[in-house]
Amino acid sequence: MKDGLATPLAGPGPLIDVHAHFYQQGSGRASWRELNASRLAAGDRIGISWHVGSILGSWGATSPTYFQSPDDTVSGNDAMLKVQESERSRVRAWAAVNPNDTDFALRELERCRRRGAIGIKLAAARRATDALLDPLMQYAGEHHLPVLHHAWQRRPAAAAGQDPSDALDLCHLAGRHPQVAIVLAHIGGGGDWSHTLAAVRDVPNVYLDLSGSGADRGMLDQALDAVGAARLVWGADLTLETGLAKLWALDVIGVTPADRERVRWRNAASLFPPGSFPGLSA
Amino acid sequence: MSHATVDVSALIGPYPFRELPHPDPGTLISVLDREEIPRAWVGHLPTAFHRDPRKGNESLYRDLVPHRSRLDPAPTVRPDWPSWEKELARAVDEGAAAIRAYPAHWGLGPEHPSLVDLARACSKNGLPLLFTVRFEDSRQRHAIDVAGDLPAATVRGVARAGTQARIVVVAASRAMIEEIHWGLTPSERELVWYDTSWIWGPPEDDFAHLLRAMGAARFVYGSGWPTRLAQVTRANLTLLPPDLSGARLADPTAWKPY
Repeated sequence: MKDGLATPLAGPGPLIDVHAHFYQQGSGRASWRELNASRLAAGDRIGISWHVGSILGSWGATSPTYFQSPDDTVSGNDAMLKVQESERSRVRAWAAVNPNDTDFALRELERCRRRGAIGIKLAAARRATDALLDPLMQYAGEHHLPVLHHAWQRRPAAAAGQDPSDALDLCHLAGRHPQVAIVLAHIGGGGDWSHTLAAVRDVPNVYLDLSGSGADRGMLDQALDAVGAARLVWGADLTLETGLAKLWALDVIGVTPADRERVRWRNAASLFPPGSFPGLSA
Repeated sequence: MSHATVDVSALIGPYPFRELPHPDPGTLISVLDREEIPRAWVGHLPTAFHRDPRKGNESLYRDLVPHRSRLDPAPTVRPDWPSWEKELARAVDEGAAAIRAYPAHWGLGPEHPSLVDLARACSKNGLPLLFTVRFEDSRQRHAIDVAGDLPAATVRGVARAGTQARIVVVAASRAMIEEIHWGLTPSERELVWYDTSWIWGPPEDDFAHLLRAMGAARFVYGSGWPTRLAQVTRANLTLLPPDLSGARLADPTAWKPY
C-alpha cells in the first residue's frame, strides 16, 4: 500500500502479485496505457506491494502471443523493463521467452536479468515435457530464478494458438529440474483445477498461483488441502477483482494468520533472488 | 456497502461435477450476512440437471421453509414438459420470486416456441424469468456435461417476442451482455437485466465499461453462490473507478411486493 492512501482492501501487510501482465505500444490495443494505469491504481487500492509482471511480446499484434517472434520478445521485455524502471517501488519484471530458439532465448534471459528481471516466464510455445526447455531451466537454476509457467489445467490434446502444458507436464519438468521453483500459473485460469491439485500434491518444487478469472468455491480449500499454504502464491493475472475476492475468501475459510502471510507474500519472496523486493525478507 | 437488496443468482444443493462446501440455506444466510445482502432468490442447483423439475422444486420449497424471511424460492419450470403450467401455478402458490429456466440443458434452441410461452406466463403472473449462462467455466466441464453455455440468441429471441416478461440473465460476461443488449430495441432492452457475478473488473474494466455504456439500472446484484465465490461481486463493486462508485444497481424487490 502506498503512502497516503486509505486502508487497503485486502487488509494490511505486504502483498505480492506473482502473475501480473502489462501492455506496450505495440500490443495492438489503443488503450494500453490505460490498462497499465488501471492495474496500478486498482493494485494500490487492494494493497498490492509488488506486481511481478510480464509482457508476452506484442500480445498477438505482430506475432502470436504464445509463439512470439524474437523481435516481439525483445520489444515486450524492453517494455516490461521500462515499466519496472518507471515504477521501481512497486513493479518487478519476468523475462518472457520463446524456447524454440534456444540460443536467442538464453541471450535474452541474460540481457533481461542484467537489466533487473527477477524470473523467467514461459508460456505455451513448447510443452514442458520438451527437452528444449532444459537449457533455460538450467539457466534458471544457476541464477536462482523462479519460472512462471503458463498452464491449462488438464489440457486438451490440442488447443488453438498454443501448445499448452498442464500439471502433469509441469511435474515432468519439475522432476528434471528439482532445484528450480516452478510456479504453475493461474489455477483459476481455465481448465480442471482439481486435476492439477491431484497431480502436484507430491512434487515439492511446483507452486500454485491462485490467479485467474475462475473463482470456484471449493478451489482454495482443496488447494490448501493438496499442497498446504507453503506452496500457494497469490496472483491476479487479468482479473484483479477475482484476486481480491480470493484474498477475502482466505479470511473466511479458516486460514491462520501465518499461512495467510505465506500466501500473500512470504512464499513468493522466498522464490525470487534475494533483494528482489526491497523491504521484504521472507 | 453495496446497497444491494437481493442476490438474484443464489442456489442451494449439490453440484453433480464437483464438491461444493456447504451449499445449504443456513450457510447461505451466513453469506448474505457477511456480504450485507438482505435477501436472496434461491434456486435448486440439482434441478438444473433433472429432466423433470417437479421433485427438485419440492425439495427447494421444503428446504427454504425455515428461512423464508430472507430466502425466496426461484423454482424451475420447463416449458416443453407436460403440465408445466401446473408447475408454474404451484410456484405462484409457493410465493416464488422468479422462475428459473435452463434451455441449453433441455436442448431447447434459440427461438424455441415453448420459451416464449413460458415468458408470457411469467409476465402474466408478475414473475421474472431467469436464465443461467453457465455454472462453471466451459474449459473445466465434465465429459458428460455437454449442454454448453446459454446462447445469447436464446435470450434475444425471448426478449423480442413482446411478452413483457422481465428477463434476468445470470453469469454472463461482457461479450454476451453486449450482444444481447445492443441486439434489442430500446424498449426491449428495458426488460432485460444482467447479474454481476461473471463480469471482469480491473484492469480490463469490463464492469465499468458496461455501467457507463448501458447504465447501472440494467444490472442486478448476483453472487453465483455456491458455485462461485460470493466475494467477487463485492470486489467488483468496490473496485469501480471513482466516477462510478455511487452507481446504484436495479432493485428487483421493487418489481414485486414481498
